Amino acid sequence: MKAFIRKQGFLIDFTLSSLMRRKGKNIGLLIVYGLIVFLLASVMLFSHALRKEAGLVLQGAPEIVLQRMVAGRHALIPADYLDAIESIRGVAGTEGRLWGYFYDPAVGANYTVMVTPDYELSGNEVVIGAGISRIRGVAEGDFFSLRSDKGKTYVFKVKSLLDSESELVSTDLVLISEKAFRVLTGIPEGRLTDIILKVRNPREVQKVAEKLVARLPDTRPILREEILRTYDSIFAWRQGIVFVLLLGALLAFVIFAWDKASGLSAEEKREIGILKAVGWETGDVLRMKFWEGAIISFSAFTLGYLAAYLHVFYSSAVLFEPVLKGWSVLYPQFDLVPFVDGLQLATLFFFTVFPYTVATIIPIWQASITDPDAIMR
Amino acid sequence: MRIELSNIEKIFNRGRHNEFRAIRDVSMEIAPNRITCLKGASGSGKTTLLSMIGCLSRPTSGRILLGERMISGLPERFLTDIRRHTFGFVFQRFNLIQGLTVLDNIMIPAYPLGLDHGELKRSAKLLLKQFGLERVSNNPVQWLSGGEAQRVAICRALINDPGVLLADEPTANLDLKNSREFMELIGNLSESGKTILMTSHDPLVYESPVVDEVVEMHDGQIMVK
Ligand SMILES: Nc1ncnc2c1ncn2[C@@H]1O[C@H](COP(=O)(O)OP(=O)(O)O)[C@@H](O)[C@H]1O
Ligand SMILES: [Mg+2]
Repeated sequence: MKAFIRKQGFLIDFTLSSLMRRKGKNIGLLIVYGLIVFLLASVMLFSHALRKEAGLVLQGAPEIVLQRMVAGRHALIPADYLDAIESIRGVAGTEGRLWGYFYDPAVGANYTVMVTPDYELSGNEVVIGAGISRIRGVAEGDFFSLRSDKGKTYVFKVKSLLDSESELVSTDLVLISEKAFRVLTGIPEGRLTDIILKVRNPREVQKVAEKLVARLPDTRPILREEILRTYDSIFAWRQGIVFVLLLGALLAFVIFAWDKASGLSAEEKREIGILKAVGWETGDVLRMKFWEGAIISFSAFTLGYLAAYLHVFYSSAVLFEPVLKGWSVLYPQFDLVPFVDGLQLATLFFFTVFPYTVATIIPIWQASITDPDAIMR
Repeated sequence: MRIELSNIEKIFNRGRHNEFRAIRDVSMEIAPNRITCLKGASGSGKTTLLSMIGCLSRPTSGRILLGERMISGLPERFLTDIRRHTFGFVFQRFNLIQGLTVLDNIMIPAYPLGLDHGELKRSAKLLLKQFGLERVSNNPVQWLSGGEAQRVAICRALINDPGVLLADEPTANLDLKNSREFMELIGNLSESGKTILMTSHDPLVYESPVVDEVVEMHDGQIMVK
């Protein structure tokens, strides 16, 4: 037993010194391998975190958004609908919203302008999201202008910046007072963009929606689950592009492993022959080489995964920005909530470390079962 | 230990168009505690025969007896064991592992035995001292001269204290001075009780007074004296 343990010690020692002997080659290997893991892991972590983020955002979203439809198109909703809605059983609260999109030709971006009761704003004050602040170069206390629908420019003062948890939704947001909003848009008193409602019992959402349509036939309720689905499909589309990246990385990995599997250098073969000739068992040689491969792939995996973790969660996935940005000028600089999924980690491990190790061990096995007399030539 | 070969044949690439009979019906005996030299022109089959005796390859047919034990036809597992305990090899091209130190190279054959590390190191150092290699013991082997490299190869062959030392063309890569030193060294080893089998086409080896027996080979056969 003691001899067995000592033997393993010798094997590991020898493995480490083997690795050191071919430092250049092994470092190169580590870098290529690590990069591939980095790419794969980045994609996995990123898409997963993004979905989670979207889920979190929508948790705070209203259960039902009620719009008025005129001739099949979204129209302004009268404020007195609020009373009618509140009298429906199961409705826990309502709120009329005023919001819309404003195009800023100076930067070519669309802002979402919104009235909110959460901020006490006077007629010439606004609160803006981080993306707008960045793109327009305005900070707290600076002036900020918006063009009305009729073409007139109004100047506001930036009261503060939004520091929302999730920049994903707040980046292009401009909060404004109701008075200013009505001036900008010309929407008369007593009209709203839409109405949001809270439902007392989540299981009654469907029922409440039906009652709404029955009582106010010119309205259309939009449920949170439906929004969730739209969100999902947007992310799915973006993921598609990322998926291409992923395939690329996988392909690189296959080529890389294939190269390993296709043979040993003459020097490596010779070394295996020497070890066998001086009395190493085939099993000893295999174990030693197995450790060699395992150490490389394990370190590459760890390094690549760590780098991907930092990339996705602490640098807002800078490398993916061009892909995900798409048409959005106001790309959110969001910090995703760090999250590691055990199953995902295991999958990635299984699809990289495992095939690599097998790929390295096959030619070694072939070399180590042949008679070692070739080294005498 | 006595080694006996009877009707040994070695056919390379058997059944293919390049089939080649390297050893034909060789029967011989290698006396224990003696120095035997296989002599012959290049290509006469000396190395092939030596590697079969040392269990690095198997004869196509025939029997090899090691003491009372028949070793031709044993499975790989047993051959490894015999290689480890009975034979020490000194290869023509030395075959040291590049990048490792002299000391590490010498200890490699002992690793699978799982000996105590300190003890192993002590015996390795003792060998190095015996062969005048103390000074270079921590140098990587690629720094060694030809003579030093061969002495390291001999130390490696001796680390597991085998009964038989096999050396293939031991002076092929040495100058005259180192060759003479080698023969002297071999003489000493023989006196200490080792059986030594060498191949060579160098007269300095087969005409040396330390060699007890010379066996001449030609075209894969042993020439009758
Ligand atoms: N693996 C092999 N396949 C085919 N022929 C071989 C192989 N190994 C050796 N030979 C041939 O066997 C003959 C004897 O070789 P060898 O034993 O090395 O001779 P020596 O050591 O006496 O110079 C040579 O003609 C050589 O070409
Ligand atoms: Mg030869």
